[in-house]
Amino acid sequence: MNEFLRRMLFLPEQASSFAQDVDRLHYFVILTTILMSTAVGLCALFFFVRYRRRSEHQTTPHVTPSALVEATFIGIPLALFLLWFAIGYREYVRQTTPPPDTMDVYVMAKKWMWKFAYPDGPNAVNVLRIPANRPVRLLMTSQDVIHSFFVPSFRVKQDVVPGRYTQTWFEATEPGRYEILCAEYCGAGHSIMRGEVIVMKPEEYEDWLQGVRRGLARRQDGTNTPLEFVPPASSLSEQGRLISISAGCVKCHTVDGTRHIGPTWLDMYGRKEKMQNGQTVVIDEGYMTESIMDPLAKIVAGYEPVMPSYQNKLAGPEIAALVEYMKSLQSDAVKIGPPEGPVYAPIRGR
Amino acid sequence: MLRSADGNHTLGAGAGPAPTYLRDGTTVLSWLNTRDHKRVGVMFLISVVVFFFLGGSFAMALRLKLLQPGPFLFDALTYNRLFTLHGIVMIFFFMIPAIPSAFGNFLIPLMIGARDVAFPRLNLFSFYVYLTGAAIALWGMIHGGADTGWTFYTPYSSTTSTQVFPIILGLFVIGFSSILTGINFIVTVHTLRAPGLTWMRLPLFVWATYATSIIQVLATPVLGLALAVVGVENVMGFGLFDPARGGDPLLFQHLFWFYSHPAVYIMVLPAMGVISEAICTFARKNPFGYKAIAMSSLGIAFVGFFAWGHHMFVTGQSGLTNGIFAVISMLVGVFTAIKVFNWVGTLYRGAILFTTPFLYICGFLFFLVFGGMTGIALATVSLDVHWHDGYFVVAHFHFIMVGAVIMAFLAGLHYWFPKMFGRTYHEGWGLVAATLIILGFNATFIPQFLLGNYGMPRRYYQYPERFQALNVASTAGASLLAFGLIIIVIYLTLALRWGKRCEQNPWGSKGFEWMTPSPPPTHNFDEIPTITQEPHDYRTHAPSGVFHAR
Repeated sequence: MNEFLRRMLFLPEQASSFAQDVDRLHYFVILTTILMSTAVGLCALFFFVRYRRRSEHQTTPHVTPSALVEATFIGIPLALFLLWFAIGYREYVRQTTPPPDTMDVYVMAKKWMWKFAYPDGPNAVNVLRIPANRPVRLLMTSQDVIHSFFVPSFRVKQDVVPGRYTQTWFEATEPGRYEILCAEYCGAGHSIMRGEVIVMKPEEYEDWLQGVRRGLARRQDGTNTPLEFVPPASSLSEQGRLISISAGCVKCHTVDGTRHIGPTWLDMYGRKEKMQNGQTVVIDEGYMTESIMDPLAKIVAGYEPVMPSYQNKLAGPEIAALVEYMKSLQSDAVKIGPPEGPVYAPIRGR
Repeated sequence: MLRSADGNHTLGAGAGPAPTYLRDGTTVLSWLNTRDHKRVGVMFLISVVVFFFLGGSFAMALRLKLLQPGPFLFDALTYNRLFTLHGIVMIFFFMIPAIPSAFGNFLIPLMIGARDVAFPRLNLFSFYVYLTGAAIALWGMIHGGADTGWTFYTPYSSTTSTQVFPIILGLFVIGFSSILTGINFIVTVHTLRAPGLTWMRLPLFVWATYATSIIQVLATPVLGLALAVVGVENVMGFGLFDPARGGDPLLFQHLFWFYSHPAVYIMVLPAMGVISEAICTFARKNPFGYKAIAMSSLGIAFVGFFAWGHHMFVTGQSGLTNGIFAVISMLVGVFTAIKVFNWVGTLYRGAILFTTPFLYICGFLFFLVFGGMTGIALATVSLDVHWHDGYFVVAHFHFIMVGAVIMAFLAGLHYWFPKMFGRTYHEGWGLVAATLIILGFNATFIPQFLLGNYGMPRRYYQYPERFQALNVASTAGASLLAFGLIIIVIYLTLALRWGKRCEQNPWGSKGFEWMTPSPPPTHNFDEIPTITQEPHDYRTHAPSGVFHAR
């Protein structure tokens, strides 16, 4: 039934958690509208046939409705409309109230493109990748004029207004690709301000995220330009930190001076270390790179030779980023860099 | 006031039957310098029809472009200018003055038994203000036009380089015409009613126009103010609405819709008034629920002022605000439903005559019910999210504005054509054109409802290919609609010159406007009538008409 009516009414596929509920009300509303129009039409048609003019000088009685009839005329539409409202408003509140554990993505609209930024990762233009079955909240602002973020398949639309943040949320249920359209007129390119939501299976999404994080250093000058309003994830050492997490380095190496499976990275750069073979080595860029590519060549005394090689697993620039990160881990270093996270308080719809 | 205006035109008493208003001075100057409400009404009628065809040709250009999903015929900027001009011309130059300024001017004094409106000079002035505003805006259109949409949303309109300023200035000026006409009608209805014409005997068209006038007087200044600021902002970089200069873009939307939502009722209420009159005549029946129809006009005028927020459901407005505006919008729907039920009730135990105007009345009822209920559906907040700024909205308001208002305009035009010009038109062609228009109209806008469901946003120059089939269907329907309208222009123009002359009351109506000869003499009444009954009381005597029962 749902599928039949959806196709009859040309509605797009239902790819978000609330799409089907919105459509159910849609069916109810459209069917009652058609029913009421038909009823009024049939009634008029009946009167038209029954009370057609029979003679030129025909007179008609003076008929006025009783109070009860008028009350019915008021009561029926009022009750029907309030019923629509009650169902619709309840649904709307659900539609605009994000659950507490959303994955947040920042959206910046400008003539005529959509830019997406993930707080802990990559930026993208016109393509929003999200995992299925996870509530996603979009915090949106515009750089120039008003735009409107519209994904027909999710039944989601929210104006994107310059000078303020608006939010919307959805939970995509089906992996696939869904069109993003701009619904608020914004000039010559309004109709081509289109993007795409790519909904991925959660594990595929994780893989993609890892891959992007690793590839960040490689893609500094690539197509994905960073968003202006998010601190770039880009200082080389910051990229190294992300790689150290994604590549699993920090499972064995600590950054706070404590001893673990491998030596700590804190204050490592420039330190003199005694090797298993008795040799003393000054830890410099060369040694670090060698240890990543061929870990067993020089083992620091007191540690087991357990580290796997990252030859062919990390690209040259990624190793450079890692090395830069290790160098930055000085206990007496002054911390510099951009502040973490957004500087405004995101709005919550609760 | 009344006497002096009267004195300008009346020939010496007792010199035979007074000439009709059409024959009382036939020079161009005698028209341009007239104080006669009927002549002002006719001049308004001609102007709005010209603008209707101008706006319609813009619409046809848009529909032709939309045959193809990609770039076609002209570029995106031209397309954006065209839909802006289509909206501005249709709403401000045609729809708002169409029924009140043309039919209202002609009929209100006749219906209330007065010799003219309260301020005949102001009435003529209002016409020239209208022409001036239109001329300024046309100048702007020729010199580049605007590409903001008729809604002028900031900050787009504050920053666009197209000719926003002259167009806004034109609309600002035209607003005064609307206000002046509104004041004139309010005063006329209050002060110039014939003896015995109590408020509860007032024809329903007068009630509807009276309610409209209140909206015109109260709401138009707000639009004038908001547009003036946009104009100043665009030219001088004032910063009230543009956030880049410290302004608030949503403030503009609040001000704009505070006028433009009631403006919908400025267009629709007089249309409802036309239907209330015509349906009584063709059903030969007193209005079922006179008080309900009259009071719901005032109700719509009042409640309509507090429903504007439903245009802003997805702007980020708070959920509570949205809920309040949604409920208020539903009330407007209830008032409209009362009218619809009472019109259908009027047919009950009537003596219905099927004519061209009656066919338009049927079309009107269907479009108003379907268009109105889709409006309530749009006010149902969760559904609006998907439909907002999409083709569903476009289809909905065209159902109301083209469907209902044009149907009523055409119904009124055919119903009162004998009153205005003393001649009848070709009934057969009338029915053909009406059928074409109603069918063409459905074929144009029902696909647009479906396009809206499908997800096509409005104001799209290019669109994804899956929308093409429905767009082609819509364009085909629009061609049919245009064809029907052209037929009307032809046979009505011919009827002006060669139409069969008709008697005073060809429909056998008991509406008060038929108390005078058709066309009326300049001073309307030789003797101011005394009203002794309600309008459309067909209990005692049904006057004959040239259109016989079939």
